[in-house]
Amino acid sequence: MAATQGILELLSPYPPGWGGTLLAGAVSTIAISAGAFLIGLLLGTGGALGKLSGNRPLRLVLDLYTTAIRAIPELILIVGLYYAGMDGLNRLLATFRLPEIEVNGFVVAVAVLGFVQGAYMTEVLRGAILAIPAGEIEAAKAFGMGPQLRFRRVILPALLPNALPGLANLWMSITKDSALVAVVGYQELALATRLAGASTKHYFIFFLAAALLYLAITLVSNVVFSLIERHVRRGQPKPV
Amino acid sequence: MKLLPMLLAGATLAFSAITAQAEVRFGIMNESYPPFFAKDASGQWQGWEIDLMNAVCGEMKEQCSIVELSWDGLIPALQSKKFDVIWSSMSNTPERSKVIDFTDKYYNTPSTLIGSKDEKVGASAEDVKGKTIGIQVSTIQSDYFKKYFAGVADEKTYQTLDEAFQDLAAGRIDYVFGDSLALDAFLKSDSGKDCCAKAGDVADDKEILGAGVSGGLRQEDTELKAKLNAAIAAVRASGKYDEITKTYFDFDIYGAK
Amino acid sequence: MTFTWMASYWPLLLAGAAQTVLLLVISVVFGFAIAIGLAFAQVSGGPLVRYFARGYCTFFRGTPLLIQLWLLYYGVGSLLPMIPGIRQSLFWPMLREGFFFAAVSFTLNYAAYEAEVLRGALLAVPKGELEAGRAFGMSRFTLTRRIWLPRAIRIALPTIGGEIVMQLKATPLAFTVTVMDLYAVASKVRQDTLLVYEPLIVVTVFYLILTATIARVFRQLEAEVPVRR
Repeated sequence: MAATQGILELLSPYPPGWGGTLLAGAVSTIAISAGAFLIGLLLGTGGALGKLSGNRPLRLVLDLYTTAIRAIPELILIVGLYYAGMDGLNRLLATFRLPEIEVNGFVVAVAVLGFVQGAYMTEVLRGAILAIPAGEIEAAKAFGMGPQLRFRRVILPALLPNALPGLANLWMSITKDSALVAVVGYQELALATRLAGASTKHYFIFFLAAALLYLAITLVSNVVFSLIERHVRRGQPKPV
Repeated sequence: MKLLPMLLAGATLAFSAITAQAEVRFGIMNESYPPFFAKDASGQWQGWEIDLMNAVCGEMKEQCSIVELSWDGLIPALQSKKFDVIWSSMSNTPERSKVIDFTDKYYNTPSTLIGSKDEKVGASAEDVKGKTIGIQVSTIQSDYFKKYFAGVADEKTYQTLDEAFQDLAAGRIDYVFGDSLALDAFLKSDSGKDCCAKAGDVADDKEILGAGVSGGLRQEDTELKAKLNAAIAAVRASGKYDEITKTYFDFDIYGAK
Repeated sequence: MTFTWMASYWPLLLAGAAQTVLLLVISVVFGFAIAIGLAFAQVSGGPLVRYFARGYCTFFRGTPLLIQLWLLYYGVGSLLPMIPGIRQSLFWPMLREGFFFAAVSFTLNYAAYEAEVLRGALLAVPKGELEAGRAFGMSRFTLTRRIWLPRAIRIALPTIGGEIVMQLKATPLAFTVTVMDLYAVASKVRQDTLLVYEPLIVVTVFYLILTATIARVFRQLEAEVPVRR
């Protein structure tokens, strides 16, 4: 009884229990994952459209981007970009004689993770766009729709059902890769757990609690994505 | 059409992270390093070094904020202007002085080895022969190890000192090599009391162990350096330094000149 | 950019690369073996076995590898002193080293991902081939050994190659538990020389070479066993 009492005290959301720190870390994890997912989507959409556009130099640059990011270990990418990104941005601004900006850890973490995810998203979205029946796009062109209208009305709705499984996988991997920013000292769930364990020396309990929190995030995400997929696939014939 | 306001909102969010120019940002390692700095359960920073930082800021009449980073990222992040002063128990060594500048020291303590309570332990090269020593990465102790213990003992590097303590308690390593006060704090804790005891201070080597802990600065920030040095001197002179030190230790940690 | 430090550090870099490759090989080989068990458990096992396998896969795929690694090394490590006599046992030299825990953690994690891939592949083997095998009077074990598993592996080969590359990219995490792998060497060089990017660039090149080698090996393997379309 005393043991469970001790565990509950440690995990309590109110200080001196460390549960609150862990929950704040979980919120932080979800926040940077969501931010990175959005940035990755933007980069991925641009990248996919760029790769399919037929512009050869653009395609080369994008191929380099996706191949490099997908071949280099995430840890090295995150550590390298975390320091290089800030440094490079400020040097760039300095060359244009603009004042240097200071951005906080959240923005840098989101930007770095988003940049990495953009490469994976490019491939997923490219595959999804290629899976759209060519006839639909040709019909849109025949109607005289411009590229933006075409994208908004035909391509985007059609690629969503195709892309959704891939996007769901990428969301899963972002929520887990977000743990890597603990190595650069940004406080999300993994680092919060390490701090809690370090202060109380009860490492096993806190790491187990963190694992369960991540699991909860994964399971809830699974449910959310299957709901989205059902909505997006409404009206489509069900596969027999 | 909804894209434009969204972009503007996003840009505002990013740029609203720009802090006012008058603020001095202190970079601290985002790990537990009692008694100098540690986060408590409500996320507040506590510790001797935090109190000193607040006192120094009061003297400088500046707004101070804390930026958290990993230990081995402090110097690169300082150079890429993520913050202005490293205030994380970093020692002033000739090696580090090649890339960054330092303020005057604000404390100086010896480096010690701690080992298992049940075995015979000591702090000379003889005593550590054939043993495994746990050291935090990128520290003066790891440089000291390279010079004095490299051929004699094995080294295990850890991202944080606390992980080294864990492994010492688990018996995976024989010694932990670090700053005497940080190690003392561990020995006073529950898990430290059970397993371990002090082995002794190592012989001093000013070039490797440095001239004391100081704030790290970019080499071009001479104005900030002057302000910080003046503030540190003022805190020492006014007795605030001793007042802060008394709350944590019962001896002076400034160290001989 | 200075690369002069490489002259003195190249033995350490090679040792680090060796550690990385060793971790990769151990986790892939043992992980694959476990994955076969898990995949079959999910495809043709009873409900209890199936739930266990599903739960295992969900846990290991739903939590970050970093947490699993720390849970094993520091979490279990903090429980070790409670076991009397452990330091005198013959397991102690293994339990002391971070390498053992990294290898176990990576193996268990890889097994979960690979089990998903193999499960899909097992279900994708054309039913006709299995029926033909049974018509020949093969026992379930012989059928599995001669037809089901090999066909499934061949179907899954490209994905397995991809998974191995992903595993290689996960190995740098071992540096957080005192393993001197390639990334830990880069970390050490950064600490000794205070250079920020150069060690990372060199180590990246190593990883790219390893990735390209794995990709090449798998292309060869796929060519060796052609798939009849």
